[in-house]
Amino acid sequence: MIEIQNVHKSFGQLEVLKGIDLTVQKGEVVTVIGGSGSGKSTLLTCINGLEPIDKGRILVDGTEVHAKSTNLNKLRQKIGIVFQQWNAFPHLTVLENVTLAPRKVLGMGKAEAEAIAEKQLKHVGLGEKLSTYPTRLSGGQQQRMAIARALAMSPDYMLFDEVTSALDPQLVGEVLETLKMLAEEGMTMICVTHEMAFARDVSDRVAYFHKGIMAEIGVPEQLFNDPQHPETRKFLASVR
Amino acid sequence: MFGYTFQWNQALARLPKMLDGAAVTMEVAVLSMLIGIALAVLLTLLRLSGSRPLKAIATTWVEIARNTPALFQIYMAHFGVASFGIHFSPFTSLLIGITFNNAGYLAENFRGALKAIPDTQTRAGRSLGMSQLQAFRYIILPQMLRIAFLPMTNQMVWAVLMTSLGVTVGMNTDLYGVTQDLNALTFRTFELFAIAAVIFYIITKIITLGARLIASRLFRY
Repeated sequence: MIEIQNVHKSFGQLEVLKGIDLTVQKGEVVTVIGGSGSGKSTLLTCINGLEPIDKGRILVDGTEVHAKSTNLNKLRQKIGIVFQQWNAFPHLTVLENVTLAPRKVLGMGKAEAEAIAEKQLKHVGLGEKLSTYPTRLSGGQQQRMAIARALAMSPDYMLFDEVTSALDPQLVGEVLETLKMLAEEGMTMICVTHEMAFARDVSDRVAYFHKGIMAEIGVPEQLFNDPQHPETRKFLASVR
Repeated sequence: MFGYTFQWNQALARLPKMLDGAAVTMEVAVLSMLIGIALAVLLTLLRLSGSRPLKAIATTWVEIARNTPALFQIYMAHFGVASFGIHFSPFTSLLIGITFNNAGYLAENFRGALKAIPDTQTRAGRSLGMSQLQAFRYIILPQMLRIAFLPMTNQMVWAVLMTSLGVTVGMNTDLYGVTQDLNALTFRTFELFAIAAVIFYIITKIITLGARLIASRLFRY
């Protein structure tokens, strides 16, 4: 379970999160929508401790992420994150990209790590590309590789930060299909996205962020068909 | 011409000795590069560290290495430290001097290479549970060495040529030192130094061509 309690976060003078409260249950898929600068991406990087927070707290399975005593390296093994920019490691083959962390962080043997990596890469449809270098892959393929790389650590939670925003339109579908597949398999996910059809399709709940505040959260039917907050209505009208 | 009679045979007869000298030259150059690269990585890490004193140490090193003559650096490693009762052999002094120089220049190259690698690479590593050091070792360092590979090749060539400065601290087993001693014995100055120059040229050519070969094998991405 991920519990976000009254989280505040500023970059300099700019307060990007103004008291966020959100609990995500095991097996739940929550998507976060909202305009740019609404703080939705920042929230994800706070959840796995890549960014410090100014106030409030975030608990992952009861462990406080920003407590001094928390071993972040250990905690991050539970929380996979995939970014808008997929960040492939260019000097490693697709297979090596995926085996690196299991081998160096989990201390897995080569054969075991490769077996897991192969399985995950096949899972995302890259079984034929094991010995290819990432620069030879399309953006969509690199993004799916990044997903496999995160999954190879067997995380309990996956965070997706606008994973289709940097892709050419014709490549968006393949990545969304991968995310959908994960959701159907019961992965606990928080997805920040601009893809409204996707959000409506896979989410258990959809949250709308506006200027650092979670203006509204609800099941997709309610949020999309009968938004309560005026800002949600305005936003949805603008993206339709 | 100018009443000088070339006697190439006399000089060429000394070629085996000169080639032995070339081997010593290579030994110094290779050692100074290997240790230099390791030290440059360390200096790069010190410069990245948050600690002011550590940064200052690294910066001072790089500044001296890059902004004073290599001859001065080698001289200090021999006669300079001798003033404090520390005595190194000419070989050791030359090695220290060139290594110091290599480390300084390479650290600066590495810094430039680091700037070319996006921060998001470290972030991606950290988000997979890696420590800062693991992310550096497995993600940043290999990319950094690739970007800095050409400057490293240049520095290797420079290291070979810098060995000639060893004569100033009494080095007489490297290519330049051997040539100088043979010159004192035979006075075939032009011939001997012309041969030495050709050997230096061949060595540096082999290094650049070899580096190109290594690069094509190593960097397939």
